[in-house]
Amino acid sequence: MSMFSLYLLVPLAPLAGALLAGLFGKALGRTGSHVVTILGVAISFVASVVIAQDVFAGHLFNGTVYTWMTTEDISLVVGFLIDPLTVTMMLIVTFVSLMVHIYTVGYMHEDPGYQRFFSYISLFTFSMLMLVMSNNFLQLFFGWEAVGLVSYLLIGFWYTRPTAIYANLKAFLVNRVGDLGFLLGIGLILAHFGSLDYATVFARAPLLAQDSIALLSDSPVSLLTVVCILLFIGAMGKSAQMPLHVWLPDSMEGPTPISALIHAATMVTAGIFMVSRMSPLFELSETARTVVLVVGASTALFMAFLGIIQNHIKRVVAYSTLSQLGYMTVALGASAYPVAIFHLGTHAFFKALLFLGAGSVIHAMHHEQDMRNMGGLRKYMPITYVTAVIGSLALAGIPPFAGFFSKDAIIEAVQGSTIQGAGYATFAVLVGVFVTAFYSFRMLFMTFHGKPRMDHHTREHLHESPWVITVPLILLAIPSAVTGYLYIEPMVMGQYFGNAITVLPGNGGLHAMREEWHGVGEFIMHGMMALPFWLALAGIATAAALYLKWTHVPAAIQARFGGLYTLLDHKYYFDRFNEVFFAHGALKVGSAFWHKGDVSVIDGAVNGSAHLVERFSGRLRRIQTGYIYHYAFIMIFGVFILMSLWFVKA
Amino acid sequence: MTFATPYLAPVYPEIFLLTALSAILMLDLFISDSKRFLTYAYSQLALLVTAALLVMGASGHALSTFGGMFIDDPMARTLKLVAIVAVSFVMAYSRTYNQSRGLFRGEFYVLLMFALLGIMVMISANHFLVLYLGLELLSLSMCALIALQRDSARASEAAMKYFVLAALASGLLLYGLSMLYGATGSLFMPMVANAIASGAADPAILVFGLVFVVAGLSFKLGVVPFHMWVPDVYEGSPTAVTLFVSTAPKVAAFAFFMRLLVGALGPMVSDWQSMLVIVAVLSMLLGNVTAIAQTNLKRMLAYSTISHMGFLLLGILSGSLAGYASAMFYMVAYVMMSLGAFGLILMLSRDGFEADQLEDLKGLNKRSPWYAFMMLLVMISMAGIPVSVGFFAKLSVLSAVLDAGMTWLVVFAVMMSLIGAFYYLRVIKLMYMDEPVEESPLVAETDHRVLIGLNALAILVLGIVPQPLIDLCMASIGQSLRG
Repeated sequence: MSMFSLYLLVPLAPLAGALLAGLFGKALGRTGSHVVTILGVAISFVASVVIAQDVFAGHLFNGTVYTWMTTEDISLVVGFLIDPLTVTMMLIVTFVSLMVHIYTVGYMHEDPGYQRFFSYISLFTFSMLMLVMSNNFLQLFFGWEAVGLVSYLLIGFWYTRPTAIYANLKAFLVNRVGDLGFLLGIGLILAHFGSLDYATVFARAPLLAQDSIALLSDSPVSLLTVVCILLFIGAMGKSAQMPLHVWLPDSMEGPTPISALIHAATMVTAGIFMVSRMSPLFELSETARTVVLVVGASTALFMAFLGIIQNHIKRVVAYSTLSQLGYMTVALGASAYPVAIFHLGTHAFFKALLFLGAGSVIHAMHHEQDMRNMGGLRKYMPITYVTAVIGSLALAGIPPFAGFFSKDAIIEAVQGSTIQGAGYATFAVLVGVFVTAFYSFRMLFMTFHGKPRMDHHTREHLHESPWVITVPLILLAIPSAVTGYLYIEPMVMGQYFGNAITVLPGNGGLHAMREEWHGVGEFIMHGMMALPFWLALAGIATAAALYLKWTHVPAAIQARFGGLYTLLDHKYYFDRFNEVFFAHGALKVGSAFWHKGDVSVIDGAVNGSAHLVERFSGRLRRIQTGYIYHYAFIMIFGVFILMSLWFVKA
Repeated sequence: MTFATPYLAPVYPEIFLLTALSAILMLDLFISDSKRFLTYAYSQLALLVTAALLVMGASGHALSTFGGMFIDDPMARTLKLVAIVAVSFVMAYSRTYNQSRGLFRGEFYVLLMFALLGIMVMISANHFLVLYLGLELLSLSMCALIALQRDSARASEAAMKYFVLAALASGLLLYGLSMLYGATGSLFMPMVANAIASGAADPAILVFGLVFVVAGLSFKLGVVPFHMWVPDVYEGSPTAVTLFVSTAPKVAAFAFFMRLLVGALGPMVSDWQSMLVIVAVLSMLLGNVTAIAQTNLKRMLAYSTISHMGFLLLGILSGSLAGYASAMFYMVAYVMMSLGAFGLILMLSRDGFEADQLEDLKGLNKRSPWYAFMMLLVMISMAGIPVSVGFFAKLSVLSAVLDAGMTWLVVFAVMMSLIGAFYYLRVIKLMYMDEPVEESPLVAETDHRVLIGLNALAILVLGIVPQPLIDLCMASIGQSLRG
């Protein structure tokens, strides 16, 4: 099989699975549906592995698969760009998706919408693959929107629950805000670069670096800065950066497997991937990168605080995702794109692990999500417990687990960066380390340690989850433990990405890091003597002290700092603000337009012309009398008219 | 006296079809009603073999025989294939409908195949008389088909109207052809073209003939003001026959235009171009506007057909190879959409119940969501909304007109499409937003279900991947007209 057909196979296999399970789900039955979808994703994963080997042997690909249509000077095509960056994303997406598919067999086995769910998650995988494999902005946008659409369907999977409908609508609307920016960015690129093809746009970017456009007033703004910030607004929507993060915690309303898929491998990583892919553009605009850095740092810090006070197990993990996405964004802002992708990869594994672990707990607890009603579970669920410990250690950044390497690399990169806002970012990510370690071990201790707090009935039925759930946990625990150690050297320090990512000389701390690199052993030793490591240990120790030893203290603290607690509990009032300002404001503006503009002006014109057509239509209808001599007369009359026209003309 | 056997290879499909249908006609006499399925099966088989002969005999260049009266070029082969497939679908879609109405008789199939033979002869005609021969074969068969339901007053009335008006149109056409013959001295189309190009013919007589020819052609295509038969025939015929009338004969009419106007009267392009502009504009206007006022589904589709044919004329009148190819593309797309629409209407009808009112579509989504979705695809394609083949059909025709420099015509056509979108979208609204009058889901035989699925999905797939079909039309037209 040629490489080209393998490229095609990667997105099409999950699509075929999704279509089979979606359209013929009833005929295939439950088993048939999960077999076809799992098979599709497995094929996709294996093909990705083969392609990865080929790519690292030096065979890149950038070409058109199908030209959809061509107009005057732009052509809309489906095309693939296969390079190390793409392949890395393909591996992460297909692997995590495969694990989620298998896990779903166990988690959803009682759900009436079983086939529908499998169809959706396969479709989700397809959309994400189209997004990462694209070689042009149109297909990128297609994947972008398709991911948004399927996430909407999945978050609202239990569509009879009002909260789920609220959450999916919210996710959809917030993503619309981001997508508008993204679309405007693409529009500007098309207008100024005259192409939607990555290679062409990147090649022309340096020539347009000095160009500027006038936005609102006469004062010109750098074109590339505007383009990059608009694109980044898109990334903020998908990758849940402040203030467009509000949809992500609510997306927990979907079934747990989908939380794992959204948070770990797909959707939220789309923004990070896109900015890395656009590195040739972002590198040319320092202002844009400053924006990226500050937004990322704020997200990393403030969202981590929110994780501290959550009591629902999935919500803790959700806020940790937000905070970790902030870390990746910080790396992007510091021009350390490889580090961002590296953290994206390690995070995908340990975050999927934590989510699926949380799901395993929820499954065993009969869909109880409140950690205050858990405790002592490690005796009942040893495999889930061990894998959760690995995931938490990775998240907290303890060596030698994966998170340590990627997080330390981010911190070093931002420390070495000289861009504006780097000081603030350094502070944010350092404090973030402490908070992250604290809330992740708080979750671990509250769930698995201490005295059991669940009711008698639930406790009697506690048991380890079936193999379809534990096997993915184990398979995800392995990369959570080792990928950092194995990949930091090639991915961050070496030439892993080749030309896929551009970092201009003098930008960011990555170059400095590479000069000081003395091997991975040295990196660990150095890391264990540095501040972040001790901050993480302090976080764990604090969590142990508060939730294992002096368990009455948290309540006391909460009473003492009531105001702060309320602020965190209301998530800094973002939702409230959106509701009052945007939702109600939009309603008011909308109704004003409706009354003044729509009803009087537009409806008048539209209905007026509709009435005209209708009346005309009624008249014309009467020509059709049904009498044959009328018909014949009209034909003869037609000939007569045509004839006289020509002889008058001649 | 010697008789040289003509070169028969290009005519094998027609010869086979004629032989097979005569055999089926005989066979049908001797089988009982309970075994009538055999007639149907053999007819389908005959179509299959005809199509196979056609495809196997295909070559990249034009062949002619019978002293040049019959021509077999890539355009002819493509159009014939479309016609054969359309007739095959007609037979399959109408099987259960016919069974429940006493129409499941040998006549239906034999007449369909005679009509198809006429269509194939017309498509391949290179001589005025051959063209007329095919035309009459088609017209008479169609007339008998329309009247097949003998005890239905409406069907008889429709057949009567069609017969009289078709005779009138034939008269007009023959009169026009005789003028052309008088002016050029030949009945062979290439020689007519040469004579006109050389300037030897009297232009006044030529234009005189041309007007009558255009009138005759327009009748066949059913465009304004020669369209009056269309709504009555569509409504009056049994739906199975309407399905046929709205598909394969249109392919023949398209070939008719190509052979006569482009082939024989090509040098007079500027004259017929402006005649077709009038006809096309009137058709789009009247078709779309009148369709809005219809409550009968079949009548609505009749007016929709008139507007589609007007749109198709735009491609022909642009007078370029790309324009002809776009018109051909439009024709193929139209045939697919029309098959799908009437196929679904046939499915809605049951014993003693003729589903031909718009009301009958109410709440289809609640009854049979899959078929509602199929109808949705057909409707968005007819309205020319993207991700359907109808969009690309309209787009390619419009870009050909734009290239010909008639911007105002493009604007007009788009406005008419906008008006047209109303009644297509109304169908969707009825299916999805209204409450069903009755709850029972549609029932259909497996072959009908599978074919309708393929049909609607083809509309969708060709809307995403239109290029192969566009290329095919370009190649057929290019190879046939350049040589």
